[in-house]
Amino acid sequence: MSGEICPLADLRAGERGRVEDGTADHPAFQRLLAMGLLPGTEVSVVQVAPLGDPVEVEFRGMRLSLRKADAATVQVARLD
Amino acid sequence: MDKSRSIRVALVGNPNTGKTTLFNRLTGSRQKIGNYPGVTVDKKSGTWQSGGRTMTLVDLPGAYSLAATSPDERVALDFLTGHLSGEEKPDAVICVVDASNVVRNLFLASQVADLGLPLVIALNMSDAADKASIRVDAALLARRLGVPVVRTVATRGEGIEALGKAVLHAVESRTLMAEVPWPEAVQRAVKYLAAGLEKEGAQSLAPGELRRILFDRHSAVLERAGWPAGSDPEPLLAASRDILTAAGWQPLSAEALLRYEQLGHLTADAVSFPEKRVRTWTERLDTVLTHRVWGLIVFAAMMFLVFQSIYAWSGPFMDAIDGAVVRMQEWVAPWLAAWPTLQSLVVDGIVGGAGGVFIFLPQILVLFFFIALLEDTGYMARGAFLMDKMFGWCGLNGKSFVPMLSSYACAIPGVLATRTIEDPQARLTTILVSPLMSCSARLPVYVLMIGAFIEPTYGAIAAGVVLFTMHFVGLVVAVPVAWAVNKFVLRTRPQPFLLEMPPYRLPRLRDILWRMWERAREFLVRAGTVIVAMTIIIWALVYFPRPDAVRERVVEELSVLNDPDAVDAAVSAAYIEQSYLARAGRALQPIFAPAGFDWKITVGVLASFPAREVIVATLGTIYGIGGEVDESSGDLRSALTREFWTDGPRAGHPVFTVPVALAIMVFFALCLQCGATVAVMAKEANWGWAIFGFVYMTVLAWLGAVLTYQLGTRWLG
Ligand SMILES: Nc1nc2c(ncn2[C@@H]2O[C@H](COP(=O)(O)OP(=O)(O)OP(=O)(O)O)[C@@H](O)[C@H]2O)c(=O)[nH]1
Ligand SMILES: [Mg+2]
Repeated sequence: MSGEICPLADLRAGERGRVEDGTADHPAFQRLLAMGLLPGTEVSVVQVAPLGDPVEVEFRGMRLSLRKADAATVQVARLD
Repeated sequence: MDKSRSIRVALVGNPNTGKTTLFNRLTGSRQKIGNYPGVTVDKKSGTWQSGGRTMTLVDLPGAYSLAATSPDERVALDFLTGHLSGEEKPDAVICVVDASNVVRNLFLASQVADLGLPLVIALNMSDAADKASIRVDAALLARRLGVPVVRTVATRGEGIEALGKAVLHAVESRTLMAEVPWPEAVQRAVKYLAAGLEKEGAQSLAPGELRRILFDRHSAVLERAGWPAGSDPEPLLAASRDILTAAGWQPLSAEALLRYEQLGHLTADAVSFPEKRVRTWTERLDTVLTHRVWGLIVFAAMMFLVFQSIYAWSGPFMDAIDGAVVRMQEWVAPWLAAWPTLQSLVVDGIVGGAGGVFIFLPQILVLFFFIALLEDTGYMARGAFLMDKMFGWCGLNGKSFVPMLSSYACAIPGVLATRTIEDPQARLTTILVSPLMSCSARLPVYVLMIGAFIEPTYGAIAAGVVLFTMHFVGLVVAVPVAWAVNKFVLRTRPQPFLLEMPPYRLPRLRDILWRMWERAREFLVRAGTVIVAMTIIIWALVYFPRPDAVRERVVEELSVLNDPDAVDAAVSAAYIEQSYLARAGRALQPIFAPAGFDWKITVGVLASFPAREVIVATLGTIYGIGGEVDESSGDLRSALTREFWTDGPRAGHPVFTVPVALAIMVFFALCLQCGATVAVMAKEANWGWAIFGFVYMTVLAWLGAVLTYQLGTRWLG
């Protein structure tokens, strides 16, 4: 459902979201911030690895592999 | 500025942006490059001549920010802040920026500039950006940022002259990048922090350095500022950060928001993306290669193909080298006929022993061809993505994948590559298990055993399968080992794992050939030095003592035969049986008896602890001396098949059976027989852990060999 807020880890392959917020004091979120995954940035999940973890996400034209535990530190609003 | 002093320039940038490619171009060096993040893990210097000036260029590991959470990023931070022992701050910095991803790359540039360092931006990979119709207006960007921006294509050497001019200009006029308009709260917090540090008697720091301490959770800058040992900086940090919190800023995310906001303004209109998004090659390939089903199938198929090819492609070349070694022995032998001892040393010892190792050069080349291919296409990161979960549960980081895969080439670069792992304990675990990966030096043992015992009985496919399996034994064992180390020794907590997936790139043949050549050279040098030295020692221990009584006894016993060849062979055998090596081997053989090893294999195994290829040389020497001089050890394979037990319960049966061959391979797969690796482990961790690694692997190898032999004899008869 569009607009619903959920952790990035909950998006399935092919789904998109816009970053709302994150766990500011989590090391993973800080590193994502440095890479430019800021509130307002659009992010999509490209693939989920064979055993369900990690996920491959795309934002700002770059692709990143990250574990679900780390992706859970980012809150996104679902798009489309 | 002083014209005589050499200018020191640092290369920084996000991982995988082409810093080392540029460094190699500018300095004529040949440092390792590859299409995945984290290739460079240490600083490397070279000399760069440009515009009549000589500069010292320093290539640094890539980083996304100066938060320096892993040892390799720490090297970059320490160098830039002038804290690396014996190094001053650089005079200027070239920030290498991926032209397809300018904003994110400029985040690091902005942090570097904040340290007060003159900056030049190299807009690298502009060829790839052009192809993707991403336009970057370098002139506009330069005006907005306040520093030179030079378009470069490092792979083709484009933009290098302009870069040289820009750097000299930056050094002369100290061009600094536009500063972030820091909110009043940040300025206040920095002042507060400075005052607090001064009160504690710490070294005074520049505002940019203070901001590092303020914004990064645990900045290494604080440690280097001479914060009084023993006292806790947390209260001061917390009080400074409270100033930010009170003004509505989250201290640990404020910097990213502020810098990206400024960069958004500075790059507006200077960077434009195509209206209609084109589907890139990378996207198309990834739909298959990282797919949860297809991805795994392709991965397994590729690995199998690699090992099958190592075996299949190198056969003819091996035979050619083999032939050359034999011809060399035949050619040398008559020259030295007058001095039988010297003849044996040269023919059986040096040529037979070290030559026996040279034969495996083709396999090494094929293996490195594939490794270079994996590294340069960008597939490595995909492998890490597919495999992460399988290794993650035991405490290994997804980032352990790259060091572990590098260890398939050689554990030394593998252990060094662990520097990209943030968590010290995950890093230590990776250092401990990396030597379990089957390095290229094990290949000769596998190929020798498979060629002599598996292929003749079970065929070429089975040979490929066994080779593939041997390369997986270490990996399969590594997982429980890592689990146990984490559970009982280190108690690691899970760590963030973020790995950028580089775009797929067509590898350049030159890069691949160079890497193959480098490796081949290393292999040959090793065979020519360490292995020759070991071979000479082994030869001496097999050749001596030579009391005449032995010869006389055998001659007398066999005098009825009237067959001089048979007598000669029997004499040689009798000499070996009472040699120093045989005495030592017999004394130690009981240790390996449960694995089915005779004394010759036992000494081979023991002699191989400094370098594992020595086993091949040792067997070559032993059988060389045993055989007749002129048709000696060239064909080690058939010599092995003609070896029988002379005493004990299996007297008269062949020594080398399929279970014995498998047990030898398993032993070599699991054992840490490499002095150089132990030394590197000691350097990267400490001697205690290096010895721990050595001991556990040796024990594991012995258990593995015994288990293989015992089960093997039961099942295969
Ligand atoms: N198309 C294109 N590819 C490039 C260019 N420069 C470098 N590459 C490729 O980019 C990849 C990464 O190059 P490296 O020089 O290893 O990058 P690095 O920045 O040193 O990487 P790390 O040491 O891991 O931080 C290699 O595959 C290079 O061949 C360029 O200008 N254009
Ligand atoms: Mg590099």
